[in-house]
Amino acid sequence: MAEPVVVTRALTREFPSEGGTVRAVDALDLTVARGEVVGLLGHNGAGKTTTVRLLAGVLAPTSGSARVFGLDPSVDGVAVRRRVGVSTETPAVDDRLSGRAGLTTFADLYGVPVARVRQRVDELLSSFDLAEAADRKVGTYSRGMRQRLALARALLHDPELLFLDEPTAGLDPVAARAVADRVRGLRGEGRSVILCTHDLAQAQALCDRVVVLEHGRVVAAGAPAALAAGLGAGVRVRFVASAPADVDVAARLSALDGWGGVVAEPGVAATDAPADGGALLVSGVARDAEAVAEAVATLVAGGVRLYAVERELPDLEDVYFALHGKRRKPSAGEVHGGPGAAPAHASRDAFDGTSHGAPAGGEARR
Amino acid sequence: MNLRAVRAIVRKDLSVVLQSKAVLLPIIIVPAVMLLVLPILASFAPQFVNIPGASDLGELLERMPETFTQRFAGLSEEQTIVTLMLVYLFAPMYLIVPLMVASVIAADAFAGEKERRTLEALLFTPTSDRELLLGKLLSGFVPALAVAWGGFLVYTVVANAAAWPVMGRIFFPTGMWWVLALWVAPAVAALALGATVLVSARVNTFQEAYQIGGVVVLPIVVLLLGQATGVLVFSAALVALLGAVFWAAAAGLLVLGARGFRRGELLARR
Repeated sequence: MAEPVVVTRALTREFPSEGGTVRAVDALDLTVARGEVVGLLGHNGAGKTTTVRLLAGVLAPTSGSARVFGLDPSVDGVAVRRRVGVSTETPAVDDRLSGRAGLTTFADLYGVPVARVRQRVDELLSSFDLAEAADRKVGTYSRGMRQRLALARALLHDPELLFLDEPTAGLDPVAARAVADRVRGLRGEGRSVILCTHDLAQAQALCDRVVVLEHGRVVAAGAPAALAAGLGAGVRVRFVASAPADVDVAARLSALDGWGGVVAEPGVAATDAPADGGALLVSGVARDAEAVAEAVATLVAGGVRLYAVERELPDLEDVYFALHGKRRKPSAGEVHGGPGAAPAHASRDAFDGTSHGAPAGGEARR
Repeated sequence: MNLRAVRAIVRKDLSVVLQSKAVLLPIIIVPAVMLLVLPILASFAPQFVNIPGASDLGELLERMPETFTQRFAGLSEEQTIVTLMLVYLFAPMYLIVPLMVASVIAADAFAGEKERRTLEALLFTPTSDRELLLGKLLSGFVPALAVAWGGFLVYTVVANAAAWPVMGRIFFPTGMWWVLALWVAPAVAALALGATVLVSARVNTFQEAYQIGGVVVLPIVVLLLGQATGVLVFSAALVALLGAVFWAAAAGLLVLGARGFRRGELLARR
């Protein structure tokens, strides 16, 4: 691993609350290498934003330690913040200033050389497609424009480490892709990025590693592909089928040995299905390939017509829901697989015998 | 100390303030009434001395200590009324101007920024807590002094011009007013800033900060009542002493406020 720019050991931050304290970050161990993009994933309140504030020296830890560029942010906060850029979850841009005035102010605050301020501000305004609106009040900007302005602000001083908190929230797909491309570009320049996001597809696409937080604790960490591969032995399979009226495909599949988390979606249009609308999608998690073969044979023998049988590769979303799955409640009648069956995304536990899908290539913790 | 960053904070806060009617209107209206309208009206007061009730000024003078009434020796009744109002009765009201300007702007700069959710971006900049605090304090202090001293100049011109038919000479400013403007007005502004810093760290909206921080107007009200009842008669020496008291109180509040001004605390309280 390249030289780490962020190292935390048992980093903990508590906040006072009624009748005690709340632990927002709980014994966090995190290492981020130079040029690495690390995703912090988790529900609201999982501790992502508090972690960023601790690493930027805006908050002091209750216990544990953090080093950013070898400095303790709670002691050398100014020196740390000189080398990091932060884009907060809400853009935090001043409605009463123009985009240009806001950036110019922050260029002064970030210590951009005086002679370079105008050029740097113009570069970023142009780069983020804000040049035409540069002299308009930010209050007239769309949400996407405000988000882009906040990102431009975070880059004013060419930071070596970026904290991006939901950087594509509110952006249209084109703008979101532009941000993603920029993150890739930053990595290419050897900068490190800590990306806090709910967008699992984005995390999968951008992050070298992800850290999944829950109640301030790390519950899984590793490369997205490794985490997904380590979900367990279950195989998610999707059937496009039609069946006689008296045959319940999902129920039959659930009744088979080695199947769980079966979900049926009747009346769904599928490209593989006949055009008469009688097709349905059924998906479930099979223990292994033998279980899949057994299911195909049983369904066909029962009069079910199968138009497609597809294996779905698990992704980061599967990992995420597997980690949080036991708290999710399926819609009534939606999931087959016995009382208390978890939704399809969360069903690997039934087959791999691990809690929350301990990944092979990453690490899952409780 | 990163003075460039401090200047950037002041410049930003003042730019923002100038765009806000809620902040700008009181800053314009209150000084205009106190330092423009009232002295003009006061200059016409002698014309109303025979109206029942208006002769209370004469009764007021009778209640005043002899050392005070001696200051009006040789003045006609009309000149006495004008001098009493423009030089003495309005003096405490003048102090409301720097107090109000400092309070409004500081409330916007501290709590208003929290309310608009723009504070966090500032906290992530490579500024120290001390630089942030200094920038925010100067954002309130500089305009408060500018309005107070500009207002003093306007008051001087208006008072002399409006009262010319009665006074027939330039009678203002007196030595007491110089002390008031140069020594006490900055102290009052600092006092207001200290109170607002303390309050703003604990509230989340501009209105809360402005209203709670507004309690610092109470000493000014006491001064007004003291003047009007003859209990407290302004002189250059007394005003200088008052300034010292205000400075001491401001220093106390500012030290307390600075102790609680840590960026982590500002976020944690949101």
